[in-house]
Amino acid sequence: MRHIYLDYAAATPTDPKVLKAMQPYFCDIAANPSSFHAAGLRAKEAVAGARETIASCLNCAETEILFTSGGTESDNLALFGIVRRYADKGRHVITSAIEHYAVLEPLKHLQKTGAIELTILPVDRFGCVDIKDVEKNLRPDTILVSLMFANNEIGTLLPIAEIGKIILKWRKKNATGDAGSGCAGFPYFHTDACQAAGVYDLDVEKLHVDALSFSGSKIYGPKGTGCLYLRRGVSLEPLQFGGGQERGLRSGTENVPGIVGLAAAMQVANSKREKENARLSVLRDRLIEGLLAIPKTHLNGHPAKRLPNNANVSFLDIEGEAAVLYLDAKGIYCSTGSACASASLDPSHVILATGLSYEAAHGSLRFSLGRATTAKDVEYILSVMPNVVKKLRAMSPVNLDMKHFA
Amino acid sequence: MTPHITNSSEEARKGDVVSNSKDKGWFYSDIVKEHFFHPQNFMEDEAAYEDSAMGMVGSPACGDAMRVWIVVDPATEKITDMKWKTFGCGSAIASTSILSVMATENGGLTLSQARALRPQDIMERLGGLPARKVHCSVLGDKALRSAINDWYRRAGRHEDVQVEAGRIIDKILKITDHDIEEAVLDGATTLEAVQQKIKVGTGDTTCIPEVEQLIRFYREKYFGADSKK
Repeated sequence: MRHIYLDYAAATPTDPKVLKAMQPYFCDIAANPSSFHAAGLRAKEAVAGARETIASCLNCAETEILFTSGGTESDNLALFGIVRRYADKGRHVITSAIEHYAVLEPLKHLQKTGAIELTILPVDRFGCVDIKDVEKNLRPDTILVSLMFANNEIGTLLPIAEIGKIILKWRKKNATGDAGSGCAGFPYFHTDACQAAGVYDLDVEKLHVDALSFSGSKIYGPKGTGCLYLRRGVSLEPLQFGGGQERGLRSGTENVPGIVGLAAAMQVANSKREKENARLSVLRDRLIEGLLAIPKTHLNGHPAKRLPNNANVSFLDIEGEAAVLYLDAKGIYCSTGSACASASLDPSHVILATGLSYEAAHGSLRFSLGRATTAKDVEYILSVMPNVVKKLRAMSPVNLDMKHFA
Repeated sequence: MTPHITNSSEEARKGDVVSNSKDKGWFYSDIVKEHFFHPQNFMEDEAAYEDSAMGMVGSPACGDAMRVWIVVDPATEKITDMKWKTFGCGSAIASTSILSVMATENGGLTLSQARALRPQDIMERLGGLPARKVHCSVLGDKALRSAINDWYRRAGRHEDVQVEAGRIIDKILKITDHDIEEAVLDGATTLEAVQQKIKVGTGDTTCIPEVEQLIRFYREKYFGADSKK
């Protein structure tokens, strides 16, 4: 049976080059980078080299890079860290309704415990945040804005650079902070770039962000690795204390092989980016076109402003988990926004935020393409999908109106 | 095969996503898989069953909706044929399928036997279900009871129509006070936790204040007045 993995937005396989780069750091160069001997020095140099690589990819200084255990930790560290560090400067935070749980949950926790006032910006039917909405909601006590670069479920891209510019302008006008620090005034701007890393340019100067998160698991790097860019002058209160690693902001012995792998993955991804994006966009468009040819379907996310590897379609009258399992039996691995497939038993908050009904959210499937995906794979999916939908619809007592997609 | 039945409150509390049949490496048991991929007795020709007794439960908004049709021999009151349609996940489809087999095998269950079927019986036949699937996807017994009532109604025997044991709180999902009591006993002591288990109030939001009251009542009953809110 064929095995077609179409869940790259969930996890990517580690690139062989990355694995090779990591290899020496498990046994041969296994000392603690904090140790004062030659072996320790070699490990320290490896971490420094990785930091340099990532800094050059982000167009920032090495001291602005913090290594973490993944996207979730990077997001938590940025959000909790900044909110707590600057609690006396303001307590209003802005985010959007389609953020990953790694952003929404920390912020909701801070809101619940009374640490912040939270504004959750709505999105339009494509999942886009209105730039004017960001501007309108900025307040003198806004301490932080956190908006994602690219959405993990529906692939919609948010105009981070433009929003960054607006925040900068607002900050200059209302400067209250330390002008000499290079980040005069608030709010600071954080972006969760986990899905965008390796796909788009993460030049932090062009993006005008003060903090940016990404992880290794989505860029063909090792799982359990991540990075938080933190602009010089922006401080945060650590989440964990100990040996003072990562400038005291993230204590804990460095995951040397992981850090080396993360940097190697970033390098490989950047070298392949342009060609791969062009190749994947064609496959994505063909897949979307073919899926939408099935009756009673709807594209989730923006038709153009979307990740080159993301196709997310809702099929009315069927439930996503059942479809995922039927496709699984055919060797096709994808995911769904249906409640039945989530630990929380809630349908996708992202698809609901775009204004679709619960019914339509339950019937959504996400296919995320990657390096191994071929045109043949796409045609195979398109040959299998209509029958899966037909079979499940025949079993379904539901016959919903297309108004669910209005 | 050994049936792995999930009913311990500890397992239910984990809200896990793994199958209890850990040796099989698949999310669902082999029996669930078999009935999911090769569903038995699903309704293909509704027109032919127009005059049959029908029952339904759930709504697509909640993620699960089921409809069942039964044909009953008036002389023996045995179910001779049962058909169904289900909108829902793998375990929802499989549990309705196996219920239709249980209701009609060996000459069929009598209506009173069929009324006595409980989700636990269905789960046992399925070889267990992942813990978080138990409360939401096994709704078939409710749909069947609703069809049995319909049969009595159609037969003019209104005295034999039975209202659900317990009081229905959520009209769309047909969730009773008893279901809420069980969820609380399983360790769900907040509205969020109870919803996570049985989705109460997701379709019929008007019942939420009452659900909260019931949760408080059962929490105090089982865990004491000063148990955590």
